Amino acid sequence: MNNISIEISSTPLSIDDAYHCILHEGCGGNCLFIGTVRNRNKGESVTHLDFDTYDAMAEKEMAKIAHQCIVKFDITKIAIHHRKGYVGIKDIAVIIAVSSGHRDASFQACRFAIDTLKDTVPIWKKEHLEDGSYWVGARP
Amino acid sequence: MVIKCFGIARDIFESDELIIDKSVVKTVSDLRSHLNNKNEQLNTIKSYFIAVNQEYAQEDQIISDNDEIAIIPPVSGG
Repeated sequence: MNNISIEISSTPLSIDDAYHCILHEGCGGNCLFIGTVRNRNKGESVTHLDFDTYDAMAEKEMAKIAHQCIVKFDITKIAIHHRKGYVGIKDIAVIIAVSSGHRDASFQACRFAIDTLKDTVPIWKKEHLEDGSYWVGARP
Repeated sequence: MVIKCFGIARDIFESDELIIDKSVVKTVSDLRSHLNNKNEQLNTIKSYFIAVNQEYAQEDQIISDNDEIAIIPPVSGG
């Protein structure tokens, strides 16, 4: 369906691409969430991230989220784009872009999409620090 | 039977795929017991799901020969 754009990319994500995926003549409210890599986490200096992805299942789960957004909120189009592999500081890890007639639906759907992605989509973040690395959230 | 490994599971088994004897596992729950015995480190992670054919599986789900199986450690995308 061309009202949903799902992408897992090993090359840098484009805000313009995501935005153009969701532009629609009937929509006046467009909301973009852009997740970037920050240089500190829990007091430690982060050098970069490595994302491992189960591409086929991740794409399915991302598409489920997109469908849920269309059903739950009155939105018209949605793009969910995620990086994989090496991602440096300040680089974009994820973009959620949503369009709707008015702004409320876009804000709500965008929030729901990123929150749900973090819970359900099989993507794993390895955080590389100056003195080691670890899989985020894997240990109790 | 091939088991795909991702994230911390790939590090624990030092491979992105495991081969296991299908005759010892009928259900997702059997597979979990088998994997936990195969490498004790798997018990040290917070939790994990098993995916069957790219969907999160229930513990009592039956595993068939041609199913695509994966270990899904706690996800951390975004």
